[in-house]
Amino acid sequence: MSGEVTSTKKRFLGLGLPYVDQEHLLGRLIVIEGSDGVGRSTQIRMLRNWLEVQGAGVVETGWTRSQLMSHTIDLAKEGHKMNNVTFNLLYATDFADRLEHELIPALRAGFIVLADRYVYTAFARARVRDTATKWLQNLYGFALQPDLVLYLKARVDTIVNRILASGELDYWEAGMDQNPGFDPYDSLMRYQRKLLREFGKLAKENNFHLINANRNIESIQLDLRRAIATHLGWTLTDDVLLPNEMAGGAPALATA
Amino acid sequence: MQQLTNPHEYPGKLIVVEGIDGSGKSTQAFLLQQWLQSKGLRVFFTEWNSSLLVKSTTKQAKKKNRLTPTTFSLLHCTDFADRLMYRVIPPLKAGMIVIADRYAFTAFARDSARGVEPQWVRQLYSFAIKPDIAFYFRVPVDISLARISSARAQLKYYEAGMDTGLSKDINECFRLFQGEVIRQYDLMTPEFGLQVMDATETIDVQQKRVRAIAQEMLADYHPDGNNRKQTRAREGGSHV
Repeated sequence: MSGEVTSTKKRFLGLGLPYVDQEHLLGRLIVIEGSDGVGRSTQIRMLRNWLEVQGAGVVETGWTRSQLMSHTIDLAKEGHKMNNVTFNLLYATDFADRLEHELIPALRAGFIVLADRYVYTAFARARVRDTATKWLQNLYGFALQPDLVLYLKARVDTIVNRILASGELDYWEAGMDQNPGFDPYDSLMRYQRKLLREFGKLAKENNFHLINANRNIESIQLDLRRAIATHLGWTLTDDVLLPNEMAGGAPALATA
Repeated sequence: MQQLTNPHEYPGKLIVVEGIDGSGKSTQAFLLQQWLQSKGLRVFFTEWNSSLLVKSTTKQAKKKNRLTPTTFSLLHCTDFADRLMYRVIPPLKAGMIVIADRYAFTAFARDSARGVEPQWVRQLYSFAIKPDIAFYFRVPVDISLARISSARAQLKYYEAGMDTGLSKDINECFRLFQGEVIRQYDLMTPEFGLQVMDATETIDVQQKRVRAIAQEMLADYHPDGNNRKQTRAREGGSHV
């Protein structure tokens, strides 16, 4: 039956939020991970639309979008004033703000939360920067364990080409903080290669669902839909998998 | 990163004063600083919540009452990390005496009282360095309340723990919340070897004891002696 979202018992990654009731988090937390330039936002936009057509309520969340901290993070990035500890603490504060003010209320209300990156992004970045990983894992102990992690896996050249084409190459994206004296392109290649390696390890440790992201948008989308539908126990008919823009016609109505 | 429980190796000395609002710890810290400076020692004073990086966010968030126990804890930890890197460690490396008005123990007491996992906060601050002395000015909650009320018109929202919802009455909430903070300080006294001071004593009596304890700790402090050698030996090391 499509559209239906059955509840699951949520757990925290580590030492959680003792003052939060985790019994009644009815929705599902679905995470899309993947390097910069892998096309996450396009895929999430399509997924959202598809899920809504199926009749499921969707809330999207990103990695640095909270009202509380975005400004401070931008400010700190501009001045490069952060060391590893403050860098991670700022991101964690931002995430905690969103978790408690957006994610948890949405899950309580039975929404599917589509997270554009999650704590694993922080873990991968920190591992590249050699920040004490044990400390970081404790730090994010308050994060909810996702119900499903979809990892868009691409080759380093695919990623680098997309980052360059987007025109968004900057100091942080290129990992210049770790490669002083490097030319931005060399630094970018080096940084993205290291990130991919760490993501690969995280994928194994945390049972990510791998999606080959070296293909065209539609093929990736179809794999994502299949993984989510399977996870939710929906029947895998074309009707379920291919409504709206991918069916090539008018959006199909959700059918049970 | 278990530096909070292992002695640091900097040539300087770190002295911490802890206690709830109205315990008189800042007065005692100030008098200690005056005394140390009068002996020709170089003293650097630093207090909680003074770093530029998160000041505006904390202020804004407090105004909107948006903070949860966890974001409250994380924001203060960010501020602390910034302060540690720029205001505490450099003067210690230079062989100075650093007096910190509130330190990680404030977070352990305050955040645990708000309902955050005590073990989580301790791990969070594991990058902090161990003070050479940590004074804890212990005062009953009613005396603290009386001292604050005589100094200013109103209690502050977070200081009274109004976000915990323990009581709608701000005075009552302060009593309940700070009572829990005191309980948390008591729990960590043996854990971190806090030097408990009876903060109901008169100012001069307390200060006499503070100075005696500080003097004993400073017995092995030689600001102009072998500092240079020690600093050089440690230059390769990092603290995070």
